[in-house]
Amino acid sequence: MLFSDKTEALMRQIMRRYPEGRHKSALLPLLHIAQAESDGWLSVPVMDRVAEILSIQPIEVYEVATFYSMFQLKPVGKCLIEVCRTSSCWLRGANDIVAHIEQKLGIKNGETTPDGKFTLRTVECLGSCGTAPMLQIGEKYYEDLTFEKVDQILEENKNRDNHSTYLSKTTFQNHE
Amino acid sequence: MERKLLFKNIDVPGIATYDVYRANGGYASAEKALKTMTPEAVVEEVKKSGLRGRGGAGFPTGMKWSFLARPEGVPRYLVCNADESEPGTFKDRYLMEHIPHLLIEGMLTSSYALGAKTSYIYVRGEFFYIIRILEKAIAEAYKNGWLGKNIQGTGFDHDIYVHPGAGAYICGEETALLESLEGKRGNPRIKPPFPAVKGLYDCPTVVNNVETIAAVVPIVNDGGEEYCKIGIGKSTGTKLISASGHIKKPGVYEIELGVPVEEFIYSDHFCGGMLTDRKLKAVVAGGSSVPILPADLILKTTNGEPRLMTYESLADGGFATGTMLGSGGFIVMDTSASVVYNLYTFTRFYHHESCGQCSPCREGTAWMEKILHKILDGHGTMTDIDLLWDIQRKIEGNTICPLGDAAAWPVASAIRHFRPEFEEFISKQAKQEVNHNNQHQPLAVTS
Ligand SMILES: Cc1cc2nc3c(=O)[nH]c(=O)nc-3n(C[C@H](O)[C@H](O)[C@H](O)COP(=O)(O)O)c2cc1C
Ligand code: SF4
Ligand code: FES
Repeated sequence: MLFSDKTEALMRQIMRRYPEGRHKSALLPLLHIAQAESDGWLSVPVMDRVAEILSIQPIEVYEVATFYSMFQLKPVGKCLIEVCRTSSCWLRGANDIVAHIEQKLGIKNGETTPDGKFTLRTVECLGSCGTAPMLQIGEKYYEDLTFEKVDQILEENKNRDNHSTYLSKTTFQNHE
Repeated sequence: MERKLLFKNIDVPGIATYDVYRANGGYASAEKALKTMTPEAVVEEVKKSGLRGRGGAGFPTGMKWSFLARPEGVPRYLVCNADESEPGTFKDRYLMEHIPHLLIEGMLTSSYALGAKTSYIYVRGEFFYIIRILEKAIAEAYKNGWLGKNIQGTGFDHDIYVHPGAGAYICGEETALLESLEGKRGNPRIKPPFPAVKGLYDCPTVVNNVETIAAVVPIVNDGGEEYCKIGIGKSTGTKLISASGHIKKPGVYEIELGVPVEEFIYSDHFCGGMLTDRKLKAVVAGGSSVPILPADLILKTTNGEPRLMTYESLADGGFATGTMLGSGGFIVMDTSASVVYNLYTFTRFYHHESCGQCSPCREGTAWMEKILHKILDGHGTMTDIDLLWDIQRKIEGNTICPLGDAAAWPVASAIRHFRPEFEEFISKQAKQEVNHNNQHQPLAVTS
């Protein structure tokens, strides 16, 4: 079993938010849940199971998973650090933040530390431009960054026992 | 002195909860609309208000609503665009985080006007914590009889669902958003048909921005005529401005349309002036897609009149000397900022976000990013500036959706107003460190 009974039940509940015959609409939320259940990335078997649940072809899942930047198609570190470096963040020092993290972790943008603890990625504007520079780890936004704050964030995350993912399952509540 | 409509109660402790929101006059517009007005009368008030879409295009909301097809027996949908991904824009996030019930109330009142029994809020995936806040507010609204069946005994039924995106700026374009909501890649549709006729699941659909829908609340409460007393000419009401960059007080400000740009930048109740004693160099007034203007042109029009924060005044002079209000993402740069580098960040952004359907956009944005990268790397030539100009001109107007234009305009305006800066950078063979881009998804999937 790829997903627990509880997770599959949650998936089916989300599918009911869309009209009869339109359950494919649930694909993005289901992929988010699947990713959170699977160490933060989507393998082919995981995507195939989502296709089965939605009664669609696997290709319909792959073409979507490859389109959106929040879906990881390769394993990532326990802590995925995403630093924004678009205009407003760049103006307030985002490149220095990236360089600082690269130096601290000994990896380059796009790489994972050999111990699998951290992956560093730069991303485009996260809608936090007024509190720049900023970074995101899982669901959490870290704003108005300084080198000291970054050091503290790295410290806090170095011994995570679970993967940082964008959602926890309580995000979806039942309205029925 | 400034009047606030959306943020009037934003500082009230606990305003994110139903009880406090209701105690401060919340859900009055829904009560008024559902109990005392016909749906047509609500549309009429929105028309009278002169409200224009706050998502970027500024299209009159009342008119958009009146275009909605109403065939018998076919469901109609309201979809709220909370994809907020335009660089420099963070107002919708602020609104949803601090006063989520204002959006829920606006969705209910608007859905009543449109005859929609189901509505969706499409929130950019990175905002999962906002989704949690909205889910909580929606649950409270159900509990208190503002959603579900037979709302407040009026016979009107309505359900609202929150839908997460997954990281794609293009899904803010309304037809891409609908594709995405249907569980597909975010490829914009060819229009017509417009969503008002064939939208979500081929049904008549209205897509509106978060701020637009929230503004329906004060419009219904106070009447459209009252709303259009604020502002100047066709720029009525208040607007949320996201201010960022080299200013003392970045943040979200609700302004009455018509505030002078100079006052917005320098006065203490807005941006509080420049961050350091370096002077103002340039402003991108409406999010990354709009033309950048140098200090003299953003403060004054070419007629020497003070530039105002209105759709018309910011556009005065056309693209030769003007810009656009856009989404209200106001990015301020002082003299330390390189316009060339700033343009590189925008061009990289549009290249990354192009959906790839049209070759001018897909190839053009990639090529422009490469050229700017080469210039920043110290290998640019003077002909590169003309090449950039030429490429952007060939993208503009030749694509399925406006992302192509949005990628072209920043390039055109940067060259138009700052050509000497490009020339100087190239002639000095100057070099600026560029973080290499590793964020593109691999094409092959791994098992
Ligand atoms: C590339 C692109 C991105 C867009 N992103 C957004 C967005 O994030 N939020 C938004 O409300 N509108 C966005 N828009 C505008 C929408 O297409 C649409 O005009 C808007 O949601 C309509 O709502 P309004 O009339 O209330 O402004 C975008 C448009 C384009 C072309
Ligand atoms: S203009 Fe760009 S983003 Fe828009 S449809 Fe064409 S390729 Fe896609
Ligand atoms: S530019 Fe970094 S969050 Fe917007």
